[in-house]
Amino acid sequence: MDFVVPTVDLGSIAPALLVLATALLVLVGELFTAPGRKGALAVLALLGVAGATAKSFLLWGQSETAFGGMVALDNYGLFFGLIFLIALGMTVLLSVRYLDQMDMDHGEYYVLLLLATFGMMLMASGTDLIVIFLGLEILSLSLYVLAGFARTDLRAQEAALKYFLLGAFSSGFLLYGAALTYAATGTTNLARIVGFLAQAGVAGNPLLWIAVGLLMVGFGFKVATVPFQMWVPDVYQGAPTPVTAFMSVGAKAAGFAGFLRVFLYAFPALSVDWTWLLAALAVLTMTLGNVVAIAQGDIKRMLAYSSIAHAGYLLVAMASNSQAGVSAVLFYLVAYAFTNLGAFAVVVYLARQGQEALELSDYAGLGSRAPLVALAMTTFMVSLAGVPPTAGFVAKFYLFGAAVEAGLVWLAVIGVLNSVISAYYYLRLIVIMYMREPSALLALAESTVGAIFKI
Amino acid sequence: MVPVSYYLILSGILFTIGTVGILVRRNALVIFMSIEVMLNAVNLTFLAAGRYLNSLDGQVIVLLVLTVAAAEVAVGLALIVAIFRSRGTTDVDEVNLLKW
Repeated sequence: MDFVVPTVDLGSIAPALLVLATALLVLVGELFTAPGRKGALAVLALLGVAGATAKSFLLWGQSETAFGGMVALDNYGLFFGLIFLIALGMTVLLSVRYLDQMDMDHGEYYVLLLLATFGMMLMASGTDLIVIFLGLEILSLSLYVLAGFARTDLRAQEAALKYFLLGAFSSGFLLYGAALTYAATGTTNLARIVGFLAQAGVAGNPLLWIAVGLLMVGFGFKVATVPFQMWVPDVYQGAPTPVTAFMSVGAKAAGFAGFLRVFLYAFPALSVDWTWLLAALAVLTMTLGNVVAIAQGDIKRMLAYSSIAHAGYLLVAMASNSQAGVSAVLFYLVAYAFTNLGAFAVVVYLARQGQEALELSDYAGLGSRAPLVALAMTTFMVSLAGVPPTAGFVAKFYLFGAAVEAGLVWLAVIGVLNSVISAYYYLRLIVIMYMREPSALLALAESTVGAIFKI
Repeated sequence: MVPVSYYLILSGILFTIGTVGILVRRNALVIFMSIEVMLNAVNLTFLAAGRYLNSLDGQVIVLLVLTVAAAEVAVGLALIVAIFRSRGTTDVDEVNLLKW
């Protein structure tokens, strides 16, 4: 019997490995940095991000599969990898001062961020249901801990518990979907699933439909589509703000990376059945996210509902099931990454020792107190609403354009109507920042301070 | 020999029991155990399908799933202990600071 040593093509997952190696380095470095000087670890993490980014650019344009078809090196995976690295780099920058202020300056924070990014990159480049699942779990387990990183804070604990229970629940669905796919087609490899379906057809294989349904529920939880969105507001509100920023961009993009790869690549044979389902989910997700966001008084909760709505817009492009749709999703995620991270960055920036500016009323008068910050926030809000000439507008234009091309004009119309609804709560924040006076209590506090100084 | 469909039906029943358990039970630990039941239902599916298809993939995957489940236990129990220490309860209905 011949024994063939399997090839180990580490080169093709080099960016992810660099992130992993950095995580381990930071973990060891944590031992040698004194408390209060953990900022050095952030620098190390950023170096890792820079290295992985450079490696991604070097690998750009190559196309090959590695580890027996389990992982693919392609522009799709690299592009998603760059989105994750942007999210990671910006989150690290946001975190240094925040961790100090909130008294949770522990090096493990950066390790967990790096490990989560490793999971995301694995998920985006995986071409086997099991690798995608493992990537998802690495990502999720790190984020469960990060969500509860302020471990004595009751809200953070609650957010972590809810995230954990619902996350594990949804992983179960995803995994059962993978198991039934295996039972139905004899493989978990996406390329071989395509081959099997092309050969055997989809008729007379009821397990396959159940499997696709379960996979859709699993991914639906991860990218937070209605009716699987109930964990999002609670988790986003309770988690430390930089972690929320990271989750809202990185974890969502990773969810879409897996979702797109599995459905558009492996199951086009069943697309007649899942496109209308995705379209229905898109309508529900956009509408619920936008309508409920209007009623929110907490900015993190408002951004959470807005992120649900954005998942809905992305589903619009996915439902169009075309190459144009995939490109639109990728472009949208980049625009969304920058604007959403920026909005959370403003929230982090306004945090003071031990407490944060989370109520919308905290933003009253920001236009005169801190004009530059208010201007930045205005730009992000306008971009999230999709007003020209911002990136958000161009990205939405591509999304809905892809839907129109695929003949889903009604879906694009509903998407545009939803953008109009969303403008209400994005613009409300701008109005509060520029046109409303700070609350009496705050004004009183400032005048008292002024009086004391005068005396 | 027991036909493979029996195993698939059994795992389907186990998965449903796990899902219903998560939806109706209120103790975080019991919910957590229900999640484990779901994962084991998945394992059974993989094993039965692997045996039926005469492929080793299914059995290797089960090992990976077990590892992931163990990692989940580590994180999950730590969270539940932290919650219990600060609130003295593991009832998820009483963990309700965050709501709209």
